Amino acid sequence: MKRFKELTKGIMRENPILVIMLGLCATLACSTNANDAFGMGIAFSFVMVGSNVVVALIRKIVPGQIRIPVFIAVISTFVTIIDLSIQAYQPLLSRSLGVFIPLIVVNCIVMGRAEAYSSKNTVLDSFLDGIGMGIGFTVIITLIGIIREILGEGTITLSLLGLKDKINVVEGIAGLINNFAAAVGLGNIHVAPDWYPSVLIFILPPGAFLVIGFLMAFHHRLFPKE
Amino acid sequence: MISNDMNFFLIFLSALLVNNILLIRFIALCSFFGISNSIHASIGMGLAVMFVMVMSTLVSWCVYHGILVPLDLKFLRTAAFILTIATFVQLEEMFIKKVFPPLYRALGIYLPLIVVNCAVLAAAFLVIDYKLGLFESEVYTIGVSGGYFLAIVMFAAIREVVDHAPVPKSFKGHPISFITASLMSLAFLGFKGLLGL
Repeated sequence: MKRFKELTKGIMRENPILVIMLGLCATLACSTNANDAFGMGIAFSFVMVGSNVVVALIRKIVPGQIRIPVFIAVISTFVTIIDLSIQAYQPLLSRSLGVFIPLIVVNCIVMGRAEAYSSKNTVLDSFLDGIGMGIGFTVIITLIGIIREILGEGTITLSLLGLKDKINVVEGIAGLINNFAAAVGLGNIHVAPDWYPSVLIFILPPGAFLVIGFLMAFHHRLFPKE
Repeated sequence: MISNDMNFFLIFLSALLVNNILLIRFIALCSFFGISNSIHASIGMGLAVMFVMVMSTLVSWCVYHGILVPLDLKFLRTAAFILTIATFVQLEEMFIKKVFPPLYRALGIYLPLIVVNCAVLAAAFLVIDYKLGLFESEVYTIGVSGGYFLAIVMFAAIREVVDHAPVPKSFKGHPISFITASLMSLAFLGFKGLLGL
């Protein structure tokens, strides 16, 4: 039961983005659409789990004074692995994430967990902590990506999950309303497929700040501080 | 975004305002939200970042073009840059402590923090990605770090006022800072038309 808590704490109560508030650069810059956000989440989770496990493995051998450079070396190894893998297998994703993949090295949250958690806990606990943090990060960044893409373009792209076509949410909603109106006998109500004017600002940088600000306020509401 | 025939002034202006590193590119946001509680601290941090960034881009540019490219080790750049910058910040700290004690007292506590400041590493990567020469890189870096200074000091000033404003309970603290940042970012977006970039 305690182990289970190590896993779940990263997802809501100690969410890396909304509560610890570290690693914001990647969150905001890579969430212009759902696909990029999801890809960033996966890359981040890989680095998080890998570095947490290795740091926990070597925590007893590394002398205290030089631990920070050692941790950085471990983290940058995993970042290089994922950077090169993405370039090889997902060239499109690599182009849109750009400099933000190598920047996971200085993503404070990875370093922060290595320093604050896995350098003091067992390998299994650190592994679970890494997975929890990874899921927490991926869920929130993907959520931000989906919100920004729906509001900004009216679609959802998730080609990483095997969905070739964009899901056109705006047309979908219009279709639902029209079908419902026809079903209850209000056939003269008709919504055009392009009823929603895309709000470009959500794709642009200010929208990222706006969405995350509102999500944070929502999180405060759900989990008020004592 | 940056073409070869662009002159130095345009490189500088584009890095300073149009592609402001904090508000448009979202790099180094942790320190942006972490340290901007007071104008005083953010001025210190801004100056420290400017100083370190200009120096470390110089070093990492030389490491990349002098060591990694000739040896065909480009894939090691992430590890090489972060270790160079970490070592270099340490050296710089010792140097300033010895030679300019007043500067050290002003910047002291911010220097170690800069090792994990993404802006410094990002500048090192961006000048490589844009294939800039050494002098262009320095101009670009001065622009980037000037943009950092400008944005963080302005944000700290606004935040000191907003902290005392009556906002809804759920928005108190960080959420309202994000909304503030959003509005500032909107203002900076206006510079996009400035150079026709």
